[in-house]
Amino acid sequence: MPLSRLSSPFLSGTSRVTLHMLQLLLALVPAVCALVYFFGPSVLITMTLAVVVALLAEALMLKLRGRPLKPFLTDGSAIVTAVLLAIALPPLAPWWLTVVGVLFAIIFAKHLYGGLGYNPFNPAMVAYVLLLISFPLEMTTWLPVASLSEQPLNFAGAFHVIFNGQLVSGLGFDTVSGATPLDAMKTQIGLLQHPSFISQQPLFGLFAGKGWEWINIWLALGGAFLIYRRVISWHIPVAMLLGLTTISLITWLLAPEATGSPLFHLLSGGTMLGAFFIATDPVTAATTIKGRIVFGAGVGLLTYIIRVWGGYPDGVAFAVLLMNMLVPLIDYYTQPKVYGGQARG
Amino acid sequence: MTTPLSSFPGGLVLDGQKKRSTYDAIRKTPLSKKLILPLQQHIGAASAPIVQVGDKVLKGQKIARADGHVSVYLHAPSSGTITAIDEQPIPHPSGLSALCITIETDGEDRWVDLEETADFTVLSEHEIRHRIREAGIVGLGGAGFPSFIKLNPGVHHHVETLIINGVECEPYITCDDMIMRERAEGILDGIEIMRYALRVKTCVIAIEDNKPEAISAMELALARRSDLHNTSVVVIPTRYPTGSEKQLIQVLTGKQVPSNGLPIDIGIVCHNVGTSYAIGRAITHGEPLISRIVTVTGTDVKHAGNFETLFGTPMHELLSFCDTHREANEPFILGGPMMGYNLSGDHLPITKTANCILVGVDNAAPKTDPLPCIRCGECATACPVSLLPQQLYWYSRSKDLEKTQEYKLMDCIECGCCSYVCPSKIPLVHYFRFAKTETMNHELETQKADNARVRHENRLERHEAEKKEKEERQRQRKLALAATKAAKEKEAAEKAKTAEPQSDNQEK
Repeated sequence: MPLSRLSSPFLSGTSRVTLHMLQLLLALVPAVCALVYFFGPSVLITMTLAVVVALLAEALMLKLRGRPLKPFLTDGSAIVTAVLLAIALPPLAPWWLTVVGVLFAIIFAKHLYGGLGYNPFNPAMVAYVLLLISFPLEMTTWLPVASLSEQPLNFAGAFHVIFNGQLVSGLGFDTVSGATPLDAMKTQIGLLQHPSFISQQPLFGLFAGKGWEWINIWLALGGAFLIYRRVISWHIPVAMLLGLTTISLITWLLAPEATGSPLFHLLSGGTMLGAFFIATDPVTAATTIKGRIVFGAGVGLLTYIIRVWGGYPDGVAFAVLLMNMLVPLIDYYTQPKVYGGQARG
Repeated sequence: MTTPLSSFPGGLVLDGQKKRSTYDAIRKTPLSKKLILPLQQHIGAASAPIVQVGDKVLKGQKIARADGHVSVYLHAPSSGTITAIDEQPIPHPSGLSALCITIETDGEDRWVDLEETADFTVLSEHEIRHRIREAGIVGLGGAGFPSFIKLNPGVHHHVETLIINGVECEPYITCDDMIMRERAEGILDGIEIMRYALRVKTCVIAIEDNKPEAISAMELALARRSDLHNTSVVVIPTRYPTGSEKQLIQVLTGKQVPSNGLPIDIGIVCHNVGTSYAIGRAITHGEPLISRIVTVTGTDVKHAGNFETLFGTPMHELLSFCDTHREANEPFILGGPMMGYNLSGDHLPITKTANCILVGVDNAAPKTDPLPCIRCGECATACPVSLLPQQLYWYSRSKDLEKTQEYKLMDCIECGCCSYVCPSKIPLVHYFRFAKTETMNHELETQKADNARVRHENRLERHEAEKKEKEERQRQRKLALAATKAAKEKEAAEKAKTAEPQSDNQEK
């Protein structure tokens, strides 16, 4: 093979950005299947819509910025952002919610900062937080898992809801929607119910929310695949899960009447999505080994703090963004000791 | 050695591609009609020619002397006539030209008289170093540092361990492997001499475990030499860049060479196996360094192998001898695929540091434009000196030289691991070389400016002093003048007083 580089090294390994992104998407497949199983096919519609809008927005921005289309459209990063956001959105999110979110993620959170590699905040989480703050009602209208729902939605039904804003039968959302387990836990603890009593309710399953626990387990298995394939390193997920477990275990042991169990927190809401797919976004996470552990632990702690003492039922998105802000500081103080020199920081 | 091996962070397990060039024994490259010998084939000052155009020289005759302390002698690799001493293109990444001596060989290959020394212990350590310098021996592993300097511990250092580097971690290159297989005895001769010159207690011959033939050859030779005490072959795991001096020291001893320091600061001296062989030949047989083993290999070389080649042999002769399929002007690599540099002209001569000519590689870096850095940190994981290449890249690109120093750019060994693993295919080392050069230029400029400032200040000071001196002189003169004037006036007044009393009233 002839040489293409001007200077050494002339060899190159097999690692590619696109390959990373593809494996990430592959790792999400089981969890998406679980989502479809528990919440109906609507997530597929939202996901398709998100991907199409993301690619269009990416192309538009690349054109405006005078960058080549092909290498950046095919790197897969826009698709990953879209898919992660679609998974985080409620299953029956109206179409415009998805479109606004994706556009904000790609145009504002990514390209206005300089595109791939230059954005300080995770685009999917920026969009999620924007939507959560701007459209709290739409963002918290979740479906109960299919087996609980009296009217399981088929594909056409879901399509109708997403694009027309109402059920085929003409009924409103509220007839089918319900709170998420995290939300239910928080509200009812506020009403002085005991967590062990709350988790007896039909909304809850073996360890955490019915359906949710399985989605989280599949996400964790997908994450394990990514670690095995060396797409992500273990430091951030392990540190985040350990951080979350530690603080929830302490508070749970001290005040079992005021919080869910550590297992409940590990398998609820966006924990596993955050640990393996969001916090590990290399562009916005810390890059040193020690820094990644600090970063992950911070995300875990903040997630719990926001969930239990904050105003929102889940805190992964906020936690990730807050830790994103600290990345330059963390990276600066966690530099490794260079060969033959003294440790710094 | 019984001490357990240590290890270094990062590094790569690469496809060695060594078998390609180890099927055949070391062969001799046919004598070339013309030999081109650059005067600088080592680190330090270039040698100074001591022959003139038209001179007849014999094989092994000195043709240039060491000029300055860090310099060595140069010898005629074969007998013939000096036809030119002029600027010629030399093998250099930027295609430079430099002063070369050209010899037209006569085909007789007649040696000068060589001074053999059966027992080197009759020589003092100083004499040994002197002979090694006169034999033109430099580090044959690639750097080309004059070997005699590394055999001089000086009064401030005590050398504990001599490490003989037979690691050869770069893919494709096999010249050290082959010399160990075929000339183990000669390498041991060199080791004995070096141990004597350094007064060192222990010696370790380090070989990667992907060279079983070399390991057994060295062990066998060592078993036959009962006089070599405390010398052992240590087999180390194959991992790039273990052959790098600093990393090898870390693997063998667990110690790190201090930043900006030398191995001798921690009591270690490292020499390559090829250098050791050359030292053995130079002292016991009196042969100067006039040839080396060159690996010619690559996916486009039909008869890959190792060739004992006289310095100055044009590369195209060696390439055509190996039946290489190569388009005209297609670049090839001098050195290994990870740290070598590419050349496109094949009329360049083989020099003392030319260990490998590589034509065509598997897994060549793609031609596509690099993507932006996604800060994945794979480069930091692969870095054997624990740098943060992603940060260095950022600051190198923005030419923030101060920051690159803060992130220890100068500790980068340019091994290429970071570029190799980068998923965005960013030529990181390329940026680091650029930033290093910029920094050195900058430092040079600063130093120049400093010198100029000091000169200027000195000048001002001098002027000031001169001015003061002048003023002082003027003052003195004025004073003297005033004194004489006063004296005269006084005299005159006294005269007047005595002569005309009324004038006294006028003065009032």
